[in-house]
Amino acid sequence: MKPSPFEISRPVTLDAAQAALRGDDHGTKLISGGQSLGPMLNLRLARPAHLVDVTALPGLADIRETDSHVEIGAAVTHARIEDGEVPDPIAGMLRHVASGIAYRAVRNRGTIGGSLCHADPAADWVTAMTALGAVLVVRGGTGAREIPMAGFMLGAYRTAMAEDEVLTTIRIPRYSDQARWGYYKICRKVGEFADAIAAFVADPASRTCRVVFGSTGGAPFVSAELARQIATTGAVPPVETVKAVLRDSGLNLSDVKIHQLAIAHSRAVTEALSDA
Amino acid sequence: MTTGIGARIERKEDRRLLTGQAKFVGDIKLPRQWEAAFVRSPVAHGRIRAIRKPEGMADRVFTAADLSDIRPIRAESSLPTYNASDQYPLASGKVRFVGECVAICIAPTRAEAEDLAEQVEIEIDPLPPVIDALKAREADAPLLHEEWGNNLFLTTFFDGDIETLRKTAPVVVEREYSTARQCMNPMEGKGTLAHWDEKAGQLVVYTSTQVPHLIRTGISECLGLDQGQVRVIAPDVGGGFGYKCVLQPEELSVSWVARKTGRPIRWTEDRREHLVAGANTRQHHYKLTAFADERGRLLGLDAEITVDVGAYSVWPFTACLEAAQAGGNLPGPYDFGTYRCRTFSVATNKPAFTPYRGVARPGVCFAMELTIDAIARAVGREPSEVRKENLVPAGKMPFTNVTKKFYDSGDYPESVAQAERHIGLAGFRARQAEARANGRFLGIGFSTFTEQSAHGTKVFAAWGLPLVPGYEQAMVKITPSGSVEVRSGNHSFGQGLETTLAQVASEWLTVDISRINVTMGDTGLTPYSTGAYASRGMVMAGGAVSKAAEVLAGRVKTHAAHLLQCKPGDIRLSDGKAWFGKAHVGFEDIARAWYLRPDQLPDDVETAGLEVTEGYKPEIDTGVFTYATHAAIVEVDPDTGKVAIEDYYIFEDCGRRVNPLILEGQAYGGAAQGIGTALFEEVLYDANGQPLTSTLADYVLPGPAELPHFRLGHAETLSPYTRHGIKGVGEGAAIAPGGAIVNAINDALSPFGVEINAIPATPEKVLGAILRASAAREAAE
Repeated sequence: MKPSPFEISRPVTLDAAQAALRGDDHGTKLISGGQSLGPMLNLRLARPAHLVDVTALPGLADIRETDSHVEIGAAVTHARIEDGEVPDPIAGMLRHVASGIAYRAVRNRGTIGGSLCHADPAADWVTAMTALGAVLVVRGGTGAREIPMAGFMLGAYRTAMAEDEVLTTIRIPRYSDQARWGYYKICRKVGEFADAIAAFVADPASRTCRVVFGSTGGAPFVSAELARQIATTGAVPPVETVKAVLRDSGLNLSDVKIHQLAIAHSRAVTEALSDA
Repeated sequence: MTTGIGARIERKEDRRLLTGQAKFVGDIKLPRQWEAAFVRSPVAHGRIRAIRKPEGMADRVFTAADLSDIRPIRAESSLPTYNASDQYPLASGKVRFVGECVAICIAPTRAEAEDLAEQVEIEIDPLPPVIDALKAREADAPLLHEEWGNNLFLTTFFDGDIETLRKTAPVVVEREYSTARQCMNPMEGKGTLAHWDEKAGQLVVYTSTQVPHLIRTGISECLGLDQGQVRVIAPDVGGGFGYKCVLQPEELSVSWVARKTGRPIRWTEDRREHLVAGANTRQHHYKLTAFADERGRLLGLDAEITVDVGAYSVWPFTACLEAAQAGGNLPGPYDFGTYRCRTFSVATNKPAFTPYRGVARPGVCFAMELTIDAIARAVGREPSEVRKENLVPAGKMPFTNVTKKFYDSGDYPESVAQAERHIGLAGFRARQAEARANGRFLGIGFSTFTEQSAHGTKVFAAWGLPLVPGYEQAMVKITPSGSVEVRSGNHSFGQGLETTLAQVASEWLTVDISRINVTMGDTGLTPYSTGAYASRGMVMAGGAVSKAAEVLAGRVKTHAAHLLQCKPGDIRLSDGKAWFGKAHVGFEDIARAWYLRPDQLPDDVETAGLEVTEGYKPEIDTGVFTYATHAAIVEVDPDTGKVAIEDYYIFEDCGRRVNPLILEGQAYGGAAQGIGTALFEEVLYDANGQPLTSTLADYVLPGPAELPHFRLGHAETLSPYTRHGIKGVGEGAAIAPGGAIVNAINDALSPFGVEINAIPATPEKVLGAILRASAAREAAE
């Protein structure tokens, strides 16, 4: 379990990083905390000739806030979010999600940007950020562009980013005091990737209501139908209704998986609405 | 404070283990040392057509063709029907499991060795794989070892008059059970470093093993060396559990290459290698029919046991140990008269079966304990009541059971009664009913077992093994400064033997264990021992140290009598000193007189000196039986299938407790592994025999958050047949959790009409069973 040979650079400007990405036509990969890529390198499942470490790029470890958004640099670690260094866009949800990622040792090095770009279907941030309606700021050769989270992940380990693009910032809209959220995951053991994740975010002030399922084998599944139903009734949908939605989702899910997703959903929404 | 037997003291070895000062194979660095990586078979079953080394690398890459002078690993057995297998350290002709070694590559670093391994091209004509042990028994199954004409390492048959019972028994319970294939996952994997020592004329092999003296024999025989030309050193070993009690093919390849190249060569197993090529244990299938009377009194048992042995028969314990133990131990602690059992040890395209902590008994205990509960449900009684009535009663001890196991001592029903009391059975049914009314599903489960430990010569001989343990030897010596050295050929890989053997010596010599140094694991320095397995260390090595220390104490008294001008019989040892009334001399005075100032001793002093090697064997050869009852209360979440262990109580009787603190550690660790067996661990294969659980993300081990706060209780029924009344205990706690937890799950799920009969009881399995039962109910309505 030793990686195949690679070179690694740690550029301090985005231009240099992009030059490194363009400089080689086969196998340059960005590395941030290395908590997913590291094992894949060691298993030789990923065999890039070059690694570009993004953690020294300007602004990537920064945390900013505006009136309307919280902006998290892509190389900010889960631990910093867990510890409350990031301003709270919605009543503690970021800290809650961050604290449930793997183990503290992983959170000390793993980064939010690395997790999003790795796009593991069972990871937390892809689902949580979809529920929060985050926008990802990526910088390519022709400048920066924004990708809404809902269209970011194309499938398991696939994203909408071009090969020479670098994720720099995650922009999360601020929610009002009336906003509610729920996040529930079913894991075989503490710290493992989830078997089922459900996230729920609702804010009457911005007329937002999102229902998202994670660990479905591909991109997070967003159900507008369930969101509409909850927004209309203000109640937790019956499990059988949720299961019917998942069965009709086109996703390839086993009966057990459908049940677990539906239960996770039910618990997430119950949690969100319970103190409303 | 005395540091003798029974003292509850911290372990001597912990300081070095916990501060990173221990020395494992991976910590040793010799001049000119290179690292090895193995090319392993990518297919489960196939015929090797060609292996091509990278250009110019003939002296860096070695295959079976290079190792043509090596003898394959071949474990013979005297049991009838046994088929032996030849396992070449590098596959020759055929490959028989994914992960089987095909070539060994050496380079200055492991990463470079892996680069080299990637460049080795192997061509294999695939053959149909044999993955399912039940199908492998069928007549048209593909064959692993064609010359056998079937896939059976061994079949055994124990006959009993079941047909009469079938006609007459009021209650008949039939079940099928299965246990998953597991990896043992010691924290330190295997590792071997070999070099040729020109001065000694010896191949020196540092290896992570439980059985250094056995490995010396194995390496000598396979490499064609005299045993005097091989020295095996087991340094600190980071967990064994049985994984390191057999001759490993990698040990042979590394030794051969070190000898061939004249270079120290090291191989360190990584976790993926372990999870693929070390997926070698626990996989059983049971078909049981139990016969009982109206109260659930067991009348007889008819069993068919299939063990998925994998591709080869390991040396020296063979492919048969598991099924032989399963067939013999299935009746367990129960008293009943009629037993019929057929066992099949089946060859499949998986790594070779290796005995794991508990050997067969986690499987048989699971099957038996679920059957007891099933009988109780069939007769409508509390399972623990039925259990108590079926156990061998204390009044019948010593007791010879239906498979001729000789249970030396103990009160088995009392262990259940203790567990009932401490887990709170009395108030539980009311609490369970109340919880159910609130939509919460609690269950209670018990599991009782006997643990044959330190089984001796006759037991192993009856299992047909090529190598049978006999006497255990130990050396105890007083140094010129009066401290004590103990040498044992047994080995400690986490069980605390360094401390407990010192305690046994301290018991006789009264010297504090801080002044007792224990050396183990080096064939060049220690008396012969077959090693650490079968919960034999404390009984056997402890017994040998006890005997040697007793003889040495006698010599100390003789010398002290000279110095104190009295008779040896007047001397009393205490606090590391020899006393005659109020006069005393210290061990340092006695040692100084013997070694440095013999002029102070009379001319006719006994010349045997202050160094004693003694051999020991218990008075019986059939093993001594520890027993225990585990009790669990679980809560099952019927919506997720998750099982939470609310409470876990263990009542155990292992005879004399040499160090209660270490004993408790063994119980916690064993029970944690048993919970892995019960709820988490499972090696999975696809239809082509490709392992699907090759990382720890896929092969799930329990962590601290998944384990309950174990509570323990003890009895001390001394064995009449061993020194100090000690019984072995190292394996025990890993045996019972499957039975206790799944009995509790089934108790919790009784309102759903669900019964789990396979472990691990993963959320997917539990939830799947609930969903299927509910679908079936709906379909029926």
